[in-house]
Amino acid sequence: MDITWYLVLSAFIFAIGVAGVITRRNPLVVLLCLELMLNAGNLALVAFSRMHGGEAGQVFALIVMVIAACEVVIGLGIIVAMYRNKLPIDIDEMSQLRG
Amino acid sequence: MSATSYGWLVLAFPLAGTLVIALGWRVLPGRLPGWIGTAAIFLAFLSAIGALFDLLDQPEEKRQLVDSAWTYAATSDLHVDLAILVDPLSLFMCLVVSGVSFLIHLYSVAYMSGDRGYPRYFAYLNFFVFSMLLLVLAANFVILIVGWAFVGAASYLLISYWYRRTTAVAAGIKAFVINVIGDVGLVIATFLILDKVGSVDFLPVFDQASDSFGRNDGTLVAACLLLLVGAFAKSAQLPLHTWLPDAMEGPTPVSALIHAATMVTAGVYLIARMHPLFELAPTAADVGAIVGCATLLFAGTVALVQTDLKRVIAYSTISQIGYMVMGVSFAAYGAGLFHLMTHAFFKALLFMGAGSIIGAMAGVQDMDRMGGFRRAMPFTFLTFAVGALALAGFPLTAGFFSKDEIIAFGLHRGGLYAVLAVLGYIGAFLTAFYSFRMVFRVFFGDPVPEALELERGHVAHGEPMNPMTGEPEDTDVGFPGPEHHVAERAWPMKAAMGPLALLAIVGGYLAVPGLTDVIEKFLEPTFQDSRFHDTAPTNGSEVLGLVAGGIISVLGIAGAWWIYRRRPGTTARLVERFPRAHRFLGNKWYFDELYDSLFVRPVTGAASFSRRVIEHNFVQGTIVGGATGIVRVGTSFARAIQTGYLRAYALLLLLGAAGLTLYFLITSS
Repeated sequence: MDITWYLVLSAFIFAIGVAGVITRRNPLVVLLCLELMLNAGNLALVAFSRMHGGEAGQVFALIVMVIAACEVVIGLGIIVAMYRNKLPIDIDEMSQLRG
Repeated sequence: MSATSYGWLVLAFPLAGTLVIALGWRVLPGRLPGWIGTAAIFLAFLSAIGALFDLLDQPEEKRQLVDSAWTYAATSDLHVDLAILVDPLSLFMCLVVSGVSFLIHLYSVAYMSGDRGYPRYFAYLNFFVFSMLLLVLAANFVILIVGWAFVGAASYLLISYWYRRTTAVAAGIKAFVINVIGDVGLVIATFLILDKVGSVDFLPVFDQASDSFGRNDGTLVAACLLLLVGAFAKSAQLPLHTWLPDAMEGPTPVSALIHAATMVTAGVYLIARMHPLFELAPTAADVGAIVGCATLLFAGTVALVQTDLKRVIAYSTISQIGYMVMGVSFAAYGAGLFHLMTHAFFKALLFMGAGSIIGAMAGVQDMDRMGGFRRAMPFTFLTFAVGALALAGFPLTAGFFSKDEIIAFGLHRGGLYAVLAVLGYIGAFLTAFYSFRMVFRVFFGDPVPEALELERGHVAHGEPMNPMTGEPEDTDVGFPGPEHHVAERAWPMKAAMGPLALLAIVGGYLAVPGLTDVIEKFLEPTFQDSRFHDTAPTNGSEVLGLVAGGIISVLGIAGAWWIYRRRPGTTARLVERFPRAHRFLGNKWYFDELYDSLFVRPVTGAASFSRRVIEHNFVQGTIVGGATGIVRVGTSFARAIQTGYLRAYALLLLLGAAGLTLYFLITSS
């Protein structure tokens, strides 16, 4: 099975995710773009799994979903905390860690 | 009980006294610390007498007893015990040290009362006596060095006892530094001997010395010269004498105990103890004799012009120890140690008298301000005069017999020794002269206001001040206390000075040529292996020497009487006539200035150079500055990356991951 197109699609989605993470300032959108990147990875894993005919890649994809869920929980929690503290919902404003 | 058990007791009592006083100083009331210290030393003295009787019961060839408490160190080549050697020499020293120390403790009980550091004083004093007894009882070089160093430390503590007095602290440091020079000499000498003989125990070393070393063997001469460095530093001989006059900054009983009667005689003891080595290295012994002679002349001339009462006695001590060092270097061990004993009596007595006078002068030590104390202080006058007579070697006093025995021995040996002995007679004339210069200036002449006040029954009270610099002081701890004591009004001081005055007269009858030679006989077991055992001068020549010494002594006293009583004002004319000589002697032959320009100033110069240039440029500039510079450059790069923008971190992460991927792709293809 030829998986070239799957990989191309996966790379496109990953690139869109990267572009979103790097350029957007709204943390919600950044989280969404992170999901895009993760799912692009999932797509590639599943495609390889089909190519090799094994289950390992699919299991990896499931684990990635679990981790994505955890990550979103934490990310959204941070955003809610920012909102509650009346902080600006803008990641460029959150740059106090500058050295 | 055996003699060695008594020997351990001699050490145990002063140590116990130190601990009790030092740990209990808060709870011991009033003069109790003083009495505890005095009792401890008295018990040590009694133990020494017990050891004496026990030793005399032994047959003569068995009078060298060694007893070990435990092994101090044991390695393949070296075995050191914590051991004491009880033989006639060490016992003789124990008796002199503990006996005189007991009387000085008794004197201090009254003299130091009123001082705020009273218990501290007695703790130090007992510690000193313990150290000194350890030094003389040691059975090997290691314990000797331990005692030697303890004595130096105790001396430092006692000189700097008034620790808020800047001059006292400086004097303590000076004494300690010069003593450490001696310690180093002693330690290196021990290494040399251990290297050649393979043992550090005295008796084996002395037995094997003649097998291990030839006559005047280079290593042995070097070891003996290093031993002499140790002896000279402790005994204040040229050129290491400068600490002793400054040590007069300590309380007067300390000067009496440490800087006259006991500590400074440690060097004489060392030479006597090491006599089997020195007899194998006659070159080193000759050096000892020459230095002793030079010291006694030098110190005698300086004592002529000093005006500080205690410093005159200090220079006289240096001079008298010169006689002892000369004596033991002549191999006149009995005579040298006999002079050590009589000197301990009369010099301690003179210092006690000086303490009483200084008490009456409310702390002033300058003889220019004293005079006419004869009627105000009859007891002090009497005892001081007895001490001065003995020091001058006046016929039939203690110093008469002991000093002239040394000189007679030198004359008997002939050659170089005879020359040194004749120079010793010149020193004897100087001694008689300056002793009575003190007596005439302090006790005769018109009474000063302080003396008149004392005659009316009241001790003078001046403002407390430093007698050297005139700086004002208070009477709190760290400075002398508010009370002054004179012997006439304090019975412990009288009780201490009375026996010493008696001993200063009758002490000499222990060794009258031809009649008694108790000391020689008693010390014989220690010195019977000496090559010069039988070369004692005949009684006839000794009596001749005594007559000559007596005439010289009387001449010296008469000279002092002529200049200070008969023709007062002669000294002023002499000073006018010979201003340069007077300045030369008054500045103590410029030894302090010489050492200042030779050692002190170069070292302080090098130190300030280091501080200004090396510390500033190299340490601060290069090492510290370089390290911080590297860290600063590195962190400025790391700080530049930490922008705080999430997107920047994400981009860096991505670039890093991409870079890694690229790297693995390239390397795998």
